[in-house]
Amino acid sequence: MRIGLFATCLGDTLFPDAVKATAVLLTRLGHDVVFPPGQTCCGQMHVNTGYQREPVPLVRNFADQFGDPSLDAVVMPSGSCAGSVRHQHEIVADRYGDEALRAGVAAVKAKTYELSELLVDVLGVTDVGAWFPHRVTYHPTCHSLRMLRVGDKPLRLLRAVDGIDLVELPQADACCGFGGTFALKNAGTSAAMLQDKTDHVRSTGADVCTAGDSSCLMHIGGGLSRIKAGTRTLHLAQILAATRTAPLPLPQPEAAR
Amino acid sequence: MTATARETVLGRIRDALALADPREVTVERAYRTGRTLPDAQRLELLTDRLVDYKARVRVCTADRTARTVAEALSARGARRIGVPAGLDPEWLAAFDGEVLEDSAGIPAPRLGDLDGVVTASAVTCAETGTIFLDGSPDQGRRALSLVPDLHVCVVDLSSVVAGVPEAVARLVPERPTTLISGPSATSDIELERVEGVHGPRTLEVIVRTDA
Amino acid sequence: MSSSPTRPDPTHPDGSGRSGGGTFLGLPAVPPRSPYGTGNLRGDRAFPRAAREELGNEQLRRNLTRATHTIRGKRLAVTGELPDWERLREAGSAIKTDTMNRLPELLEELERKVTERGGTVHWARDGVEANEIVTRLVEATGSDEVIKVKSMATQEIGLNEHLESRGIAAHETDLAELIVQLAGDKPSHILVPAIHRNREEIRDIFRDRIPGVDPGLDAVPAHLAAAARAYLREKFMTVPVAVSGANFGIAETGTLSVVESEGNGRMCLTLPRTLITVMGIEKVLPRYRDLEVFLQLLPRSSTGERMNPYTSLWTGVTPGDGPEEFHLVLLDNGRTAALADRIGREALNCIRCSACLNVCPVYERTGGHAYGSTYPGPIGAVLTPQLAGMDAAKNDPNSSLPYASSLCGACFDACPVKIDIPSLLVELRHQHTEQAGTTAEKLAMKAAAAVMSRPQLFTAAQKAAAPARLVAGRDKVISRLPPPFDGWTDSRDLPAPPRQTFRSWMASEEGAAALRAAAEEGRRSRDGRGGRPDDGHDGKHDDDRPDGRHGDPHHGEEER
Repeated sequence: MRIGLFATCLGDTLFPDAVKATAVLLTRLGHDVVFPPGQTCCGQMHVNTGYQREPVPLVRNFADQFGDPSLDAVVMPSGSCAGSVRHQHEIVADRYGDEALRAGVAAVKAKTYELSELLVDVLGVTDVGAWFPHRVTYHPTCHSLRMLRVGDKPLRLLRAVDGIDLVELPQADACCGFGGTFALKNAGTSAAMLQDKTDHVRSTGADVCTAGDSSCLMHIGGGLSRIKAGTRTLHLAQILAATRTAPLPLPQPEAAR
Repeated sequence: MTATARETVLGRIRDALALADPREVTVERAYRTGRTLPDAQRLELLTDRLVDYKARVRVCTADRTARTVAEALSARGARRIGVPAGLDPEWLAAFDGEVLEDSAGIPAPRLGDLDGVVTASAVTCAETGTIFLDGSPDQGRRALSLVPDLHVCVVDLSSVVAGVPEAVARLVPERPTTLISGPSATSDIELERVEGVHGPRTLEVIVRTDA
Repeated sequence: MSSSPTRPDPTHPDGSGRSGGGTFLGLPAVPPRSPYGTGNLRGDRAFPRAAREELGNEQLRRNLTRATHTIRGKRLAVTGELPDWERLREAGSAIKTDTMNRLPELLEELERKVTERGGTVHWARDGVEANEIVTRLVEATGSDEVIKVKSMATQEIGLNEHLESRGIAAHETDLAELIVQLAGDKPSHILVPAIHRNREEIRDIFRDRIPGVDPGLDAVPAHLAAAARAYLREKFMTVPVAVSGANFGIAETGTLSVVESEGNGRMCLTLPRTLITVMGIEKVLPRYRDLEVFLQLLPRSSTGERMNPYTSLWTGVTPGDGPEEFHLVLLDNGRTAALADRIGREALNCIRCSACLNVCPVYERTGGHAYGSTYPGPIGAVLTPQLAGMDAAKNDPNSSLPYASSLCGACFDACPVKIDIPSLLVELRHQHTEQAGTTAEKLAMKAAAAVMSRPQLFTAAQKAAAPARLVAGRDKVISRLPPPFDGWTDSRDLPAPPRQTFRSWMASEEGAAALRAAAEEGRRSRDGRGGRPDDGHDGKHDDDRPDGRHGDPHHGEEER
């Protein structure tokens, strides 16, 4: 299958390891990973902060970059960016776009997937041949859980990982408090939510806290790093990409990424 | 000429609807309706719910109504009770206390002097443990079953239905209707449940299995 | 109290902000918000500031955590036991949306039926007018006291304060409302308004404020409830006028409904000679039969009970049973302004169950006071700005409410009538930015979009960010950032930008080699196991795994 990879602006710039892992994983599974070089950002931050005119060129660029009919699917290692493409691009296009943009957005939306959806629903795999002999706890990010409804797909993928010691995160479905610009505009409330999340992560004794979204992991990892919790954050893709042949050594906890 | 508030509000609503261009919807009632359950199941479900609400449940046959009513009243030490005018007098045949027949002219504070009240009921929902009173002559006016501290309520199993839709279907909308699910309660203080605030603090339900 | 005429509101559909009073020259006019400076639909501080103070209150945090988690658990248990819960939600949502579409005819029908059954219907354009109507009705009875059933609508319009200013004492009879009233406090939760108080505080309030209360009263909840019972019973027996709200008003039959627990509602609705009910126009339901849906949705979502202890249904006046006089006041107060919003109108479907408060991670930390309005929590954050506006004054505190959410979506899942609160929040944020004119944030957003929509500029910007590595410590962690990002580094670190972006890795020989190696590894492993059945077929099969759900704490409600 020919799969367009959207790195996301955050992944491309700050968390490239998660995107590399996505590319490696899909390539290992026998697929052709295509990186349209003109891609930038989905505009989620704009829309969630209240701006719908400003991201029109971003939405258009996304539709242009991934509209290529030779791409069978578009994948991104981010539940919230996939949510933006599937739920918000239409709103922006309807309100401030033209007919061509609306058509482009609709076409791309139909083939856009978050990583665990692509693996389980489209590619039909749960055992991706990964090996990761560490204690891991999984945080289901809000947009994966409640916007995309990925359900337990990420957990099914993790359970199939060889050697993994998967431990349940208490109150897993609670928001970590990130919420994009919410973490800045309501920093105190966000920090109170984060504190409960990092307490729960710490209570699992996990080596690694994983999730399907680098933005939430940046938040949780930033909190864990500040309190020197000893638990690292890794994107789900990084665990699924690790094998016996190409193992992923555990990074230092402080280098939360 | 200034518009009345009525004209203004209705005009605003019409304007709002014109501006919002609302989408049409059809109401699909795909939830459970018209359910029936065997007697034994309805009784079991109802009893479970009532006990959960801290109500006392007594089950009897119709011929033992009077004795069961008397037992319920004496168990709570009720000596002076009120009854609606249309209550079957046979039900009180075994009760040896004082009985006040209610009428609209009796002021509410006098009802407060009673130890309890005995009424019939209109319909009951098993799934939620809810008894519906509709002001019929054997149930009386609303104040009667509200002010006294003990309510003994007789429920015929034939009037017990499975769920809320089945119960609502049996109601007469114009009648003043009270839904009772256990004794009054509050959780307003630190969410700790306290039974009995303003309504009757004790609810005794007598279910007659063959009536 | 300041007052000003309704201001132009360019966020409204026609942009003119003309305050509507009917059609002007054949064009629909935008209905006005609740008049500025009236009622309880606006706090005095923006949400982040108000929240900061509440966050520092340890007692409040403990009470809230315990309360919200307890009700959450109960709600999940009783909604989970109904196999048709999702179908009830669908029906509830559709009935409410259909109601809003047919509001004029339904209100007229309700009015006709209530009148036929001996009641009197009044219409109020806003809270000021509703307060005047109620005061006039109370004065006509000659009473200088009223007893009240907990009602959101009368809190919204500040009825108690208004009555007091006219020499009429309003006694709240719901236990929590009584606590709040005696303490001179404000409710902090729709369902349990005194959730911010613990039992010792309540005992002190009762000892200080209830005339004739036992000075030795202890803090046992049952004893506190008994003290309230004794105090209020005298009011129930003597005060000749009651004021209530309504959960539902049935157009088809003229039936009104109050859903409650303590029996104070029954007392107020039954014992006084005169009953005055204030109902928002959005509370009407088309058919009596619709109760079969909402009497399931409301108690299970609200208190987490299969049914609340008491629900009263009354239709006009019944001779010999209950009040001899019944007045229904139909209240607009900004509801028609919300109704005019294609997206925001969904907030009017709310049945005030408070499930969204109990699941909201923001409400759980800040409590209700931070929202500054009668309506707190997620629903308050979308309802308040629509009823009262969010740009009625410079730095209107209401403009901060749509941002008081991480958009986690828990409220949407919990809502019994499926109000898409996160989408409404995003919409209101947009309306706010459109209204706000040119701000530093907007310029930054524009600049960011301009850079990000041009791949070359974006790549250049990524390179420009690389020197941020220099501000990071040796551990590649950034611990302090300048405003406006210092809110982040107050309690979180940030990793320094990596050596290489993804796109440069992808274009590099290193990237190409890594992908070649992965492809080779995959080929070898597929050859080695001769094509495992798990590979490359349709994923549906995996749903049959016997352990598919086992141990998974977070499958959504949708999947039930």
